[in-house]
Amino acid sequence: MVSLAVSPVMAPGSASAAWLESVLRVFEPFLPAAPGPSLGRLARSRSAARDELRRTGLPPSRQEAWRFTSLAPLIAVPPQVLPASEPGHGPDHPPASGTLRLYWDGVRDPLAGVDLPEGLSRLETGIQDALLGTVLEAAGTADSWMVRFNAALVGQVLALRVRGNVAVPLELVSDCGPAAGVRPLRLLLVMEEDASLELLQVHRAADTSLTTVVVEAQLAPRARLRHGVLAQGTDVSCLLAHLAVSQAPASELDLTMAVGGWGLVRLEPAITQLQGAAVTRLRGLQVARNRQIADLHSLVRFEGPEGQLDQLQKAVVDDAGRSVFHGAVQVPQAAQRTKASQLSRNLLLSDRARVDAIPQLEIVADDVRCTHGATVTRLQQEELFYLRSRGLGADQAARLLLEGFCDEILAGLPASACRWEPARALLHPALPR
Amino acid sequence: MIRPDAPVLLEIRDLHATVGDQPILKGVDLTLRAGEIHAVMGRNGSGKSTLSKLLAGHPAYTVTAGTVRYRGEDLLALAPEDRARSGVFLGFQYPVEIPGVSNLEFLRVATNARRLAQGGEELDTFAFEDLVRERLKVVQMDPAFLERSVNEGFSGGEKKRNEILQMALLEPLVAILDETDSGLDIDALRIVSAGVNQLATPDNCILLITHYQRLLDEITPDFVHVMAAGRILRTGGKELALELERRGYDWVDGGLASSDQADTGAPALEVV
Repeated sequence: MVSLAVSPVMAPGSASAAWLESVLRVFEPFLPAAPGPSLGRLARSRSAARDELRRTGLPPSRQEAWRFTSLAPLIAVPPQVLPASEPGHGPDHPPASGTLRLYWDGVRDPLAGVDLPEGLSRLETGIQDALLGTVLEAAGTADSWMVRFNAALVGQVLALRVRGNVAVPLELVSDCGPAAGVRPLRLLLVMEEDASLELLQVHRAADTSLTTVVVEAQLAPRARLRHGVLAQGTDVSCLLAHLAVSQAPASELDLTMAVGGWGLVRLEPAITQLQGAAVTRLRGLQVARNRQIADLHSLVRFEGPEGQLDQLQKAVVDDAGRSVFHGAVQVPQAAQRTKASQLSRNLLLSDRARVDAIPQLEIVADDVRCTHGATVTRLQQEELFYLRSRGLGADQAARLLLEGFCDEILAGLPASACRWEPARALLHPALPR
Repeated sequence: MIRPDAPVLLEIRDLHATVGDQPILKGVDLTLRAGEIHAVMGRNGSGKSTLSKLLAGHPAYTVTAGTVRYRGEDLLALAPEDRARSGVFLGFQYPVEIPGVSNLEFLRVATNARRLAQGGEELDTFAFEDLVRERLKVVQMDPAFLERSVNEGFSGGEKKRNEILQMALLEPLVAILDETDSGLDIDALRIVSAGVNQLATPDNCILLITHYQRLLDEITPDFVHVMAAGRILRTGGKELALELERRGYDWVDGGLASSDQADTGAPALEVV
């Protein structure tokens, strides 16, 4: 068979092309009520992104990065702007005491009327304009499809500066609720030297919706970010999240991502240790059942010596669900004495469930310690029997084992996450609260 | 404590069982009455652990013939959890480590399952903490072990203490302790044995599975059974264990030969 180098131009008139065009048109004008700061850089990137998307369409499965993940579920999402959250709408439980919760819908200004705690402030317009996109460029992901798609739609940037230790944990909540449509979100987080912050990013959706989110976080020397992503969806909801972080030396990133229940969810953490010598800890949990697809493509790049990575990715897959994990770790010549470990552990609960775990370690430096591994197992019969021999029913025993499997990841979420009952939300969404 | 009029709690008759196609138990007979402590001794591979796991309902074993009645009911018809809830307890030779599952939570759920089956009420978190702290004394266990994952990173001795703690909480009527002495140093053996002695009552019975006399120095059995090749070949009092210690298992193999003759009509095996 002759192999042709074909640029991924999609066939005009296809359903996906029509859907994409409709979405682009709906988001053509900037969203109403987009708050004041200059959209200079955003406006320029928006226009270029729209042109490029029109040319390429949705990424085809022949692209390596999209080989296992079809974006077909997007086409069912009505091409309309997901309405702003009504005041008072959203989670029916208040935040943990001492936690600042911001509601994030891409339309309203999440900071309107909010007294920000000491150390946290809105980023000045000029700085925002100068910095937007730079973390993506450092990661080399500025032209990736998910970033481009977000750039083509987004009309608002939540831009925050973190100075010193912010003692109040921050919760950023996007709850699409029972509404259909598309919601683009964008966050820029600039952490100064020695700054520290605990951030929980929550995404929830109940109806046929698509949330596209791009986060850029810049960590100056010795900055510490503990960042949790907790995302609970349904069979008809989709989430595409690109999380780019650049780390200066001696900074620490602790990123824990727990997702479950989405018809389609793809997370793309892209971490760059700009000069090495930083600490990156990644924890991920995917739960997929029915015909859900959970995809995590991570990229960690060390651009200097003595960087550290500790990555643990887990998946629980039931029914005809599917999990994809692609973990790229890049250790170029300059990144001597890098220590990186990557482990993928997967639990298959049905014969039709599928896991594709692909580590991709690109190591050029010779004085490094890099390990990786992947396991795929079922629930252990001896563990089940042990619990049953103590009077726990088979279902209850299986549930306890599942929760135990996930606990290692969920325990890494910021403390404020317990209000959201992550184990129940991800593993047993059908159970009454 | 032997009382001929005590109610029979467990009655095993001519029990045959296989793992896959491999026959392991080849006709076990055993009767346990309330108040009695029985010890089953035997070489590796004699079928002791199979017997204990089978009684607890391990799915790997298939019963091919015989019966097991627990307080008159067909034990083999019950799921493992129903056996546990109704008062059958297996102390594991190798307690399973379960990462991520809190020991305290596990003990509470198990205790409540048993209490509900007994017609009692479930204990809430606080009431259970009071109970478990009191029962910890039975095995002199550090409360810190409650906060850890089930058996994860426990030493051999800590695991066995955790087993006896579960026995103390579940208050079984039939407790089968599978090589509870293995992996224990002398001090831990004494503590665990003292715990078992404390839990032995006129209303329950205990089946000790062991290789060694040293456990029986601490827990005095009313009956000692010697198992070989899937059958109980000899039954006697506690002195049988001493004799076994002195004469070794080769002595039992002699019995095995005679029992093979028994199959062909030769005299039945000796009962000491």
